[in-house]
Amino acid sequence: MSAVAEMAHGPATRAAAEALLTVENVSLTFGGVGALSDISFDIRKGEIRAIIGPNGAGKTSMLNCINGFYHPRSGRIIFKGKPRQRMRPYEAASQGIARTFQNVALFKGMSTLDNILTGRTLKMKRNFFWQLLRHGPAMREEIEHRIYCEEIIDFLEIEHIRKTPVGKLPYGLQKRVELGRALAMQPDLLLLDEPMAGMNLEEKEDMCRFILDVNRHFGTTIALIEHDMGVVMDISDRVVVLEYGHKIADGTPDEVKADRRVIDAYLGVSH
Amino acid sequence: MDLLYSIFADPFVQMAGAPDLLVQTVWEGFVGGILYALIALGFVLIFKASGVFNFAQGIMVVFAALTLVGLYEKGVPAFLALALTIGVMFVIAAAVERVVLRPLVNQPDIILFMATFGLTYLLIGLGEAIFGGNPKVMIAEQLYLPKGAFDINMLGGVVTLQKIDIAAAVIALAMIACLSIFFQYTRIGRALRAVADSHKAALSVGISLNQIWVIVWFLAGVVALITGIMWGARSDVSFALQTVALKALPVLVLGGFTSIPGAVVGGLIIGIGEKIGEFYWGPLVGGATESWLAYCIALVFLMFRPQGLFGERIIERI
Repeated sequence: MSAVAEMAHGPATRAAAEALLTVENVSLTFGGVGALSDISFDIRKGEIRAIIGPNGAGKTSMLNCINGFYHPRSGRIIFKGKPRQRMRPYEAASQGIARTFQNVALFKGMSTLDNILTGRTLKMKRNFFWQLLRHGPAMREEIEHRIYCEEIIDFLEIEHIRKTPVGKLPYGLQKRVELGRALAMQPDLLLLDEPMAGMNLEEKEDMCRFILDVNRHFGTTIALIEHDMGVVMDISDRVVVLEYGHKIADGTPDEVKADRRVIDAYLGVSH
Repeated sequence: MDLLYSIFADPFVQMAGAPDLLVQTVWEGFVGGILYALIALGFVLIFKASGVFNFAQGIMVVFAALTLVGLYEKGVPAFLALALTIGVMFVIAAAVERVVLRPLVNQPDIILFMATFGLTYLLIGLGEAIFGGNPKVMIAEQLYLPKGAFDINMLGGVVTLQKIDIAAAVIALAMIACLSIFFQYTRIGRALRAVADSHKAALSVGISLNQIWVIVWFLAGVVALITGIMWGARSDVSFALQTVALKALPVLVLGGFTSIPGAVVGGLIIGIGEKIGEFYWGPLVGGATESWLAYCIALVFLMFRPQGLFGERIIERI
């Protein structure tokens, strides 16, 4: 994994971590209906940050704000120390935010390898006339990217489906390919929207392993939404809990688990 | 019995009896097919990248050709006019992206399809207002396109090949080859295919939809211009040309809406099929089969291969 190792930021040093992304008083509405109200939290460099909450709590809306699909009505998002205005998704991507989707969004007609190669789009700089000629610097560049992608394929153990159109793959593998495409972007911040939804136990364990490995080996900061509480509590460093668009708790898994409001939100309580 | 003979035997007897005529017919069909393929190519480019069936492709062919001839008539040197026309196609692409596609993003396909209807009538109006509605003569000579014909003695007869047809075939094939390589192997080509598959996912890996749309509409515009020059050189430049563009429909059904080689093969099958049909079987039904035969061929194909010869298989897991 030479090239991959090169890119690693070294072991994550969580103790000295500063905030990579800060969400400040973000509110989001859809035609008068509040989806998020006054949410603030931060994601520190090198950590695994979970966002949890019951259905409809606004978790995916939060991710969509972070990577620019939605624009908050008020509040601000600071990434790498810079506050940003109405950022488009591709701008977020070029600044180092990658993501996966709740209901897998892959390029179904393309092979696994091609899907992962699209993750390199922003890293390819060569003039496309060179690419047309398939010659010289463009060819070298293409080979470098190909090597990088092959390493990701090895890492995710999907060598056997390298050439298969992803539309034909079972759901669990599609999720893995989607993770691969996000990794190919060498993101600073990786957003995972329910990476384990619809998986069986074995697939979940694999996915957990990959997420932890990505975090440890590449030092990638990860924010994930997940419903499987066992998984969340096991792998995340800190957890933020949303309910009906409000933040109701924020802290380490143990702190959150003991929080009265979180227990109420999950188990339901008669007011 | 006579009827059966005239359907199943007589045409082949004729073919064998006058092979030079058969070659001539196939050649005519081949050239027509290449031009159908070019029009279909414009549709495929836009369909691939935005999932929109661009009804305006036909009028784009006319508009491009009109602009070229119109500029020349106003005294602009031929090659400068060509460059300016390419510029105009870029402006159209950028305007379509800004005014039509961007506000309608995430709308159902049918809405975008209707929007291209609107675009069609806008371009017809603009074209007539600026350049007038009269047919014009393509400036083939000024663009150094060859004139005249080769007469080849073969198979006991003479086969006539128009030089402009040969040029059209060569230019079209070269362009198709370039586009195939572009789609398959370049970063932008891969991005185009990605956008075709999923807008959301394409955005998340850092592909700018707006940029991609301008690129494909511009490419489709350039293809339209070349088509317009070639068609214009064979007949003349008039608004009637846009109905020819509808012939791209059976071509697309045959070749698949997303495949560049499909557009070529589909174009050739339709082109050659309708010429042979017209020449050998046409007299049986009183001629004029050319206007509908293509659609019949397409219908038969639809029954057996709904995704077209080269179309991407429709894969959906439930």
